[in-house]
Amino acid sequence: MMASTVSTYQTETGWQRFRKDRMAVWSGCFLVVVALLCALSPWISPYPYMAQNLEASAMGPSASHWLGTDLLGRDVLSRLLQGGAISLFVGFIATAVALFVGIIYGVLAAEIGGRTEDGLMRIVDIVSTLPLTLIVILATVLFGQNMPMIFLAVGGVSWLTMARIIRNQTRELKGSQFVQAAVALGQSRLGIFRYHYLPNLAGTIAVCATLTVPGVMLLEAFVSFLGLGVKAPMTSWGLMIKEGADIMEECPWLLISPSVVFALTLLSLNFLGDGLRDAFDPRSSKR
Amino acid sequence: MRYVFKRLIEMVPVMLIVVTATFFLAHAVPGGPFDKERPLPAEVKARLEEYYGLDRPIYVQWWNYVSRLAQGDLGPSLKYPGWTVNEVIGSRIPVSISLGLVALLLAILIGVPVGVLAAVRPNSWLDRVPMGFSLIGICVPSFVLGPLFALVFSLGLGWVPPCGWGSAIHFILPACTLGLITAAPLARLTRGSMMEVRSLDYIRTAYAKGVPPLRVWFVHALRNALLPVITYLGPAAAALVSGSFVVESLFDVPGLGRLFVSAIINRDVTLILGTTIIYAVALLVLNLLADLTNAALNPRIARAR
Repeated sequence: MMASTVSTYQTETGWQRFRKDRMAVWSGCFLVVVALLCALSPWISPYPYMAQNLEASAMGPSASHWLGTDLLGRDVLSRLLQGGAISLFVGFIATAVALFVGIIYGVLAAEIGGRTEDGLMRIVDIVSTLPLTLIVILATVLFGQNMPMIFLAVGGVSWLTMARIIRNQTRELKGSQFVQAAVALGQSRLGIFRYHYLPNLAGTIAVCATLTVPGVMLLEAFVSFLGLGVKAPMTSWGLMIKEGADIMEECPWLLISPSVVFALTLLSLNFLGDGLRDAFDPRSSKR
Repeated sequence: MRYVFKRLIEMVPVMLIVVTATFFLAHAVPGGPFDKERPLPAEVKARLEEYYGLDRPIYVQWWNYVSRLAQGDLGPSLKYPGWTVNEVIGSRIPVSISLGLVALLLAILIGVPVGVLAAVRPNSWLDRVPMGFSLIGICVPSFVLGPLFALVFSLGLGWVPPCGWGSAIHFILPACTLGLITAAPLARLTRGSMMEVRSLDYIRTAYAKGVPPLRVWFVHALRNALLPVITYLGPAAAALVSGSFVVESLFDVPGLGRLFVSAIINRDVTLILGTTIIYAVALLVLNLLADLTNAALNPRIARAR
């Protein structure tokens, strides 16, 4: 810790640089807290998230219900935690899907090279001009609005940027001397992928993943907001925002609390991603 | 000119992919458009399906659809009897286009000057405050901003009606919501590319010649800094489209976005297909326009092709 104050920029490790970025650190802490609270919601939330209590319906924030209750008398705080668990879960799983597809596609394209590579990247270009939001909506509606479909649909359209970045990085690595040395020594392609590509791509992958999660969560919330995603009695932040918007005249607290939490989470994810990028990927420009 | 032609030719297979993918997705729907709460008599249903050609094999339906599409005919609507999809969509398009254009104009008029000013005095309040807002603008999606605007400006302050359509005053909330959401990334992008341009030699030369600073920023520097911003207008249009789904549902605007959402809920296959195709064409054309504008502004790009 103390050493970092005298060390020069080059000898600092990524973590030391990251720790100096106070916004990113605070965002990271906030995210950990939110994620923990949401993950533990079945045990810590004050009420079961679907428990109705019609006598206490549509009440503003009070001591017994910190964030108020909705029209069916369900506790907003409990629903917020449950909805957050769903939203974050979708965000992470769909990002994992996108990472998986993107890494394999990008590395393969760069490894094969030549015309095939051009063709593969052209496909990425073409697919990214398509109206993907429409396709996600269609896919989620058509194949039943169940969770695995939402993961696949959202993840399936989020891999494009990933594939492009990974391919560019891999191409650069492929031309580097240590990879050529490994090839000359007869290391297998899988070995090169495992021991040379993956470790060198790790920073980029981490940054990409952090910046993909908010996009994915946004997409899920968007679909749920239109009433085409997560279905009642389950809930997600997008769905809660929709329910709140429908009756904001009478019960504004139903709109405000999920909106604020959702926006803060996305903001933190963006700060964290920017911080990670500046710390671990100093070559990329800051903007 | 040859370039434009080449790009237009390239759009054909892309469109065919979109049409085919959407076609099979839309026909894979569990539950057809004639499944109602009270089941129709089997004969009536069979007649209806025969009339719309739904009883034939799926590849025949596909071929019929594509060949009619080539003549610009999107087929009959299943949920609006007696209307063709062309008519239904045609009645909604002017609404969505006018809303989208106003929002885009608003985004450019706000986003670009804010980005320029922020880049001129980096790390001053002129930079920090707008950039902070734009970061919030990026993270606050349209379905959060829209309801909050409605809550504050129409229910709280009572300045504008919360929803409806017909006169200019109904434009304000939806257009502002869409415009501000788009202005946020635009401002950041403009600032970023202005920062790269501002330290170049020709800018220093312009200052040294005694060109007034405002002219240096908005004419000399912006001309080059605008290139990545224009490229972004393609994706920005896509964002406007998905934003319009939310905003039109929220503020009760009778546009294409709301039509699409209700078509999906109603399982109106031909209408879903029609709207998706219109959106796809619009996005492809906008991407093309952005690329062409870039080529026109930057001779190096044009020559590279």
